Amino acid sequence: MMDLRMWMIWPDNAALSILVLSLIAMVVLYAARAPMHGLMRSASHALGGPLRLGARWLFGVAGEMKARNKAVLLAQGRRESGQRIEREFERLGLLVTRDLQGYPTLQRKLLEEITRVEEDYKKCGEVPPPPPDWVDAVAAVAKIKTGGGEVVQKILVDIRQSLESIHDKALAEYRRAYQMRHSILEGFMPYWRSLDKTMKQVDKNMSDMHDTAAAVDAQMATYKEIAARSDEAESTLTNSAFTQFAIAGLVMAVALGGAFVNFKLIALPMSEMVGASDYITASLRTSEVAALVIILVEASMGLFVMESLRITHLFPRIANLNDRMRRRMVWISLGLLLTLAGIESALALMRDMLIADKQALLQSLAAAPAPVSEGWLGRIPTAGQMLLGFILPFALAFVAVPLESFIHSGRTVGGALLVNLVSALAFALRIFGSIARQAGRVLVHAYDVLIVLPLLVEQLVHSVRSGGPAPEARPVDATEKTLRPY
Amino acid sequence: MTMRTLVASAAIAGLSLAAAGCVDSRSHAQAVYMLVDSSGTYAREAGKAELVVNYLLGTLRPGDSFAVARVENRSFSEKDIIAKAMFDTRPSQANAQKRAFRDKTGAFLKTVQGTAHTDITGGLIQGAEFLNETGAGKKTIIIFSDMQEDLDKVTVRDFPIRLDNIRVIAVNVTKLNADNIDPRRYLGRLEAWQKRVNAAGASEWKVINDIERLDGIFANS
Repeated sequence: MMDLRMWMIWPDNAALSILVLSLIAMVVLYAARAPMHGLMRSASHALGGPLRLGARWLFGVAGEMKARNKAVLLAQGRRESGQRIEREFERLGLLVTRDLQGYPTLQRKLLEEITRVEEDYKKCGEVPPPPPDWVDAVAAVAKIKTGGGEVVQKILVDIRQSLESIHDKALAEYRRAYQMRHSILEGFMPYWRSLDKTMKQVDKNMSDMHDTAAAVDAQMATYKEIAARSDEAESTLTNSAFTQFAIAGLVMAVALGGAFVNFKLIALPMSEMVGASDYITASLRTSEVAALVIILVEASMGLFVMESLRITHLFPRIANLNDRMRRRMVWISLGLLLTLAGIESALALMRDMLIADKQALLQSLAAAPAPVSEGWLGRIPTAGQMLLGFILPFALAFVAVPLESFIHSGRTVGGALLVNLVSALAFALRIFGSIARQAGRVLVHAYDVLIVLPLLVEQLVHSVRSGGPAPEARPVDATEKTLRPY
Repeated sequence: MTMRTLVASAAIAGLSLAAAGCVDSRSHAQAVYMLVDSSGTYAREAGKAELVVNYLLGTLRPGDSFAVARVENRSFSEKDIIAKAMFDTRPSQANAQKRAFRDKTGAFLKTVQGTAHTDITGGLIQGAEFLNETGAGKKTIIIFSDMQEDLDKVTVRDFPIRLDNIRVIAVNVTKLNADNIDPRRYLGRLEAWQKRVNAAGASEWKVINDIERLDGIFANS
């Protein structure tokens, strides 16, 4: 209170003192208006400028990163698409080689069958011999009127009998000819079936080739899109990378679960090898680290097997080895993996024995009766542990496949996330920069509000001098423009 | 530099750092020295002592050290150590050692004979020597006694002793007839021992009278 009183012009009249002090302050502030406005604007620009500059730089960095990510993504996509096209062409080549190899034989067979069918068809086309010319003579005789003469009647009867016997012969001949044609036609059947089968095979081959060609076309379309560096291709590849990342991550998590079970199986028995009382950190035993190392070595061996088999391509040097060396590498890695799996199986057995020994000791210390033997039932967990110890290293070997996907897609996913992060940071900086600039303007206006009375007086003076309507308060933006750095 | 090379380099660097900087050179082994009072009427409590020994054998891990010694007329002597062992780091060997240890201490505790005097201080000095020689990270002296020291006229124990960084745990501190008449004697006796042990630099003083709660022995270790 004493301090406040010191500022009072009339300590007994606080209101008057404050009023006078306010007026004095207004006058002083009015006098310092221009430099104060400049100071506020400079301060806001000094704060907002670097922020906006930083935002612009970060936007630029994000753009560069995005372009680089796109280039890497498209290159990766082009390589993968190229590999897929290569594989499709290989498949198509195999198909063509396999089918075209058999085509001369197939064609010969088809021609032979067609020739035979044609010949047979021609044979079928042969009509039975026409009735002899004397049929007309018979018809003429038939028109002769008998007139009741016996001789004539007898002649006619003889003719009739002769004609009937000839007719029977001709009919028999006709039937025999048709029977022969039917038998020829019957003989067609296997050839028709064979032809049908051959044509179906040809049709299937053509259909397969058509499908493969369609797949190649689709891959080529994708390849063209990637080569054209289109946004659609980028978007598709990015989405694909995200999906692969998620799936690979899931599989890796499952594999980690398997590795954990594996670790539990061998951590205790490893203490028999490296001792149970050595520690790497306060809570991490050397035996546990040794078990972890064994599991990692197994995973590495599995990785080498997959690399040597060209299932994964994490190590270009392995992929570039000649076939002989690669085969050697496969056998060596597989041999080591098999050995490690055997060791793990033995360790799993040892674990069981150690636990049983510890239990027996504790029971003897507690003077408890020994447990009743469970017979072969009690051996099931032991056998299960041994089997698990043997199988898990081989199962872990397949982690190489999701690992490759994880690493490859991780580049895209990480890059995209980083771009988003940098963009968000740039956006935040830009907002803060704008806030700083606007804050400067707000402060200038607030300052003018504090000295509103002198400003009104100034307006009045101006209006009196000019004789017109009072102008607005001096524009604050006039100086602002000169002070704005950009 | 490709992404794969970067990841591989980071992994190798991490493993190297872990190997070089994080190796814990401190001893994580425990050493326990158990004093069993065999004086006067307390010799009848030997059966309970066997329970404590068995509990400790079941709890101690490979690489730990354990010794059981008796408290008699004068206890500052290696001859008073009934059994001692530094358990092998291999669990199977450690289990075999524990069985042998149990047999040895069991045979002694079944035939223990009462002595005329009780030299707890001498036992403590002997125990501290043993524990310091083991180089263990955690050292514990367990006193299975009524904590009533009774020295003969020629034995000198009224001097400061050193029990630096050693935990001292009194187990099964039974009440004497005189304590029943005036409990302040019992409480005063324990308080006096606590003061003496703390003055000797012990890291902890604890009393466990319930044999069913022996897990308190290693509760804070």
